[in-house]
Amino acid sequence: MSLDKATVTHIAHLARIEVEDAQLETMVGELNNILSWIEQLNEVDTDGVAPLASVTGHALPLRADAVGDGAYPDRVLANAPDRAMDFYSVPKVVE
Amino acid sequence: MSDLLSLDLAAARDALAKREVSSTELTDAYLQAMEASEHLNCYVTTTADKAREMAGAADARLATGDALPLDGIPLGIKDLFCTQGVPTTAGSHILDGFRPEYESTVTSNLWRDGAVMLGKLNMDEFAMGSANVTSYYGPVESPWKRQDGGNSRLVPGGSSGGSASAVAARLAVAATGTDTGGSIRQPGSFCGIVGMKPTYGRCSRWGVVAFASSLDQAGPLARNVRDAAIMLKSMAGHDPKDSTSANLAVPDFEAALTGDVRGMRIGVPKEYRIDGMPSEIETLWSNGIEMMRDAGAEIVDISLPHTKYALPTYYIIAPAEASSNLARYDGVRYGLRVEGDTLDEMYAKTRGEGFGPEVKRRIMIGTYVLSAGYYDAYYLKAQRVRALIKRDFDQAFESVDTILTPTAPSEAFAIGENDDDPIKMYLNDVFTVPSSLTGLPAISVPVGLSNNGLPLGLQLIGKLFDEESVFRAAGALEAAASFTARPTGGQ
Repeated sequence: MSLDKATVTHIAHLARIEVEDAQLETMVGELNNILSWIEQLNEVDTDGVAPLASVTGHALPLRADAVGDGAYPDRVLANAPDRAMDFYSVPKVVE
Repeated sequence: MSDLLSLDLAAARDALAKREVSSTELTDAYLQAMEASEHLNCYVTTTADKAREMAGAADARLATGDALPLDGIPLGIKDLFCTQGVPTTAGSHILDGFRPEYESTVTSNLWRDGAVMLGKLNMDEFAMGSANVTSYYGPVESPWKRQDGGNSRLVPGGSSGGSASAVAARLAVAATGTDTGGSIRQPGSFCGIVGMKPTYGRCSRWGVVAFASSLDQAGPLARNVRDAAIMLKSMAGHDPKDSTSANLAVPDFEAALTGDVRGMRIGVPKEYRIDGMPSEIETLWSNGIEMMRDAGAEIVDISLPHTKYALPTYYIIAPAEASSNLARYDGVRYGLRVEGDTLDEMYAKTRGEGFGPEVKRRIMIGTYVLSAGYYDAYYLKAQRVRALIKRDFDQAFESVDTILTPTAPSEAFAIGENDDDPIKMYLNDVFTVPSSLTGLPAISVPVGLSNNGLPLGLQLIGKLFDEESVFRAAGALEAAASFTARPTGGQ
């Protein structure tokens, strides 16, 4: 399948990346090249093969549901581009 | 000590312990060399004051005779590891001004063992690249030059290009790297040094800026196999803060370097003989096979039938995980913010300006393959092929102990080459990606020179958590190859 400009614009919106119109054409070509190269996976018969997400086979550990770290808002907020009191601040979302 | 920079990690450790040299002298020698080699662009940040302070503390400990395992050893740190109070950029504009309030587990382990931090090393943006040309801070140059009389600036490989170039140019005793699809091993091969990617889970990922979480793994770049073994011992270990970190004791990797590979069964996979592979790579590989046979190993022909599908599988899984991991860069909590009238506009402008072209490409691919209607066709399909690739290795390891392959399909190329087509760049990792997808430990050892006089490495792959066999085989290969060539660039 081949991506068109409208689809790439939609993906860029989903990814929250601003793409200038001038870059869009190039991006459409590059993404289509990569996707058509990836299509070769369709040659592989994967019927009945379970998807692999974890390579080591180790079970994920459980721990007590207790706070183990925290209570230092200044450190958490130290890199904030903009803050108000103990909060991150962003452009107004709700009128 | 006539030439402090020529001491490898093991020799520096011994000289420091015997008080023949102080960490302060050694550290100052490196800081001077770094200044003289700024044109290589290896370091994004130099931490001279911190280095001298850490060296002083190491000297105080060494004076008491209670030396730590890496006491006083000056190291470079890939700028993907968070270092408390020291800028951490991941090679990206979007992390402008970011100074972590915490230290990564791997670097904490190195400082616990007495090592000294010289600075933070340049890398491909978010570790996405195979030539270190995608960094916001500019490309890294390799200290190696072609022997053709020209003066082309060559890439060090990537993404741990700053680490590899710095170790090859002797701007650090050794360095940390990270490997998602070959980012330690391929630059190791390009720069004529040793690069070791341990088993997934051997080193904690906590505090390492995430690229693709099911693949990312830290490891050392070092001058030789012994140095890599010493350094990995300090880097590795269980960490409750990374739920995928393996709760296993860390072996003494240095002790595994017995030099004895008699009876070891070494697999040679026929599928790694790819179309268009330069004959000098084939020759190097054949030579390596003979070296191991001469050392007493048993060479076994094996088949890894799904090898050719590893790279396209990787280019679904890694971008998918990256698109999810990199969603955190939104201009709200740290790094770059580009203002917008609405919250969405601020996100899009920040990310549009903050990410470079390769990172954007991968986030877009990842977003697409995970989007509604395509998840099964791409992501689940890739995970199924990944299972088949793992099955190939599982079957092979029933009859062999390690596997020997080339590390990369070519020698280092010039900065600017292979830039026109992303897929051409991706092909650099054709031999390293299969063991990344399967979490297996793998090392690159310099074995010979190309016709242009550039280093070429061979890769040894081992079973899960059997780094010891990998180190043992690598030690024997290194001894047989006796690679002593040194780059002519640098200082």
